[in-house]
Amino acid sequence: MTPGSEISAPPSARLAIEQVSKSFETSRGRVHALDKVSLQVAEGEFVCLVGPSGCGKSTLLNMIAGLEQPTEGTVAAAGEPIRGPSRERMMMFQESALFPWLDALGNVMFSLKRKPGLTDQERRETADYYLKLVGLEKFRRANIHELSGGMKQRVALARALAPNPRVLLMDEPFAALDAMTREQLYGDLQRIWAQRHVTIVFVTHNVREAVCLGDRVVLFSPHPGRIREEFRVDLARPRDINSVEVAGYATRITRTLKDYLEHGAGI
Amino acid sequence: MKRLLSAFLFFALLVAAWHWAFAAGIWSPVLVPSPESVARYLWEVLRDGTLWDCSVVTMKRLLAGYVIGLLAGVPLGFLTARVQVLRDTLGVLALGLQGLPSVCWVPLALLWFGQTEGAMLFVVVMGTLWSVILATETGVRNVNPLYVRAANTMGSRGLHTWVFVMLPASLPFIVSGMKQGWAFAWRSLMAAEIYVTILTGFGLGHLLHYGRELNAMEQVVAIMLMIVLIGLLADKVLFSPWEKFLHRRWGTGK
Repeated sequence: MTPGSEISAPPSARLAIEQVSKSFETSRGRVHALDKVSLQVAEGEFVCLVGPSGCGKSTLLNMIAGLEQPTEGTVAAAGEPIRGPSRERMMMFQESALFPWLDALGNVMFSLKRKPGLTDQERRETADYYLKLVGLEKFRRANIHELSGGMKQRVALARALAPNPRVLLMDEPFAALDAMTREQLYGDLQRIWAQRHVTIVFVTHNVREAVCLGDRVVLFSPHPGRIREEFRVDLARPRDINSVEVAGYATRITRTLKDYLEHGAGI
Repeated sequence: MKRLLSAFLFFALLVAAWHWAFAAGIWSPVLVPSPESVARYLWEVLRDGTLWDCSVVTMKRLLAGYVIGLLAGVPLGFLTARVQVLRDTLGVLALGLQGLPSVCWVPLALLWFGQTEGAMLFVVVMGTLWSVILATETGVRNVNPLYVRAANTMGSRGLHTWVFVMLPASLPFIVSGMKQGWAFAWRSLMAAEIYVTILTGFGLGHLLHYGRELNAMEQVVAIMLMIVLIGLLADKVLFSPWEKFLHRRWGTGK
């Protein structure tokens, strides 16, 4: 069995978020992170959630991951309510969250460790396959502290892809990288997404990044977090973040966002 | 090679200075033995097996107590880090008792266990345990919560997360706790052996004590040297591999 062949019969991975609210108790009182948010994500779709900080987009992502539970409403994957984390929905964070006590290969293999029915040999081969996919086959034995920020996120991407999840959840994964590295990763991510037919929910506060990557851009407003508007991005792929078309879309979305921030508090 | 050479030169100079100080005849030979007499004594006890036997007795006591301290200390440290009630109780106790010089356990151990191996073991465990608990607790509380979240999304839960994520993530703290625990255990065992005669085994501390009783200064100095050597050896054998691993993986130190 080659590592890629197991994707032949994908289960439906559509995400259904229905009337979800979430509030926390903090030292400064009750915070309403999300208020009655509904969102559908189709199989294989690339959706970007955009909004200023405090709009609850990361909270929503954590709920899809199963790391947090909604206060009200339901979050379902493939028709099943989400009760906890699953290898079907892998997550990437702003920090790579790679384990420093393992090398690059060990980190990718960790995500396969708890996957049943694999021999160690198969785990190693699968991990190697994904390290190659992100262009790091030469660094399989590298220590994490020896990798650059961009390489760390590539390893984290390989680690997230290795258990062959149907959904990839990305929480500002490129925000801490320099512009050049980021642009390379935009290209890689679009290529891998097209190859793997994986559903991606991508959180960012960078509107241009969202337009460059997403089929759809969902705009959030803060306090409490609500969905304001959705934009479908009908541009050919692969897209270049510096292209005029991407800039045009981004300008329109940014203008809408600013309107909400300046006048929209009462809407 | 260059480092080895400079170390060798340094210690050769040290011995030479000692030799000249002795040869100058300022102090009585009873108080300052010559390096030659110390070497002669070491050679003798090495040949008749005394040194080896005593070292084995001491190391057995130390290792047994140390391993018990570690096996109890690491899980207890985990628990104090994760359970609030334990942090407020056992954690405070550990903090308090860690500050108690471990020699202070010797009188208590004697009354409780008499002149037995049990007393020795008790003193060594008390020296090790509290440092290991505290270091593990600090280590676990410093684990990046993101590691645990990432591990959870990868299907790791409960005990698996503790053993394969929290434990290695807190390793830098645990290793320094292990070193501190070792140092405390070593000191307290020497104190116990010097104060307490135990018929079931004659350790290095006893040898040192009898050197004083016999006014055999070369014996006292020779045994002190042995104690230093064993300390250095333990550092190389027990902790160097861990520290090298930490430096390689975490990229700390050099």
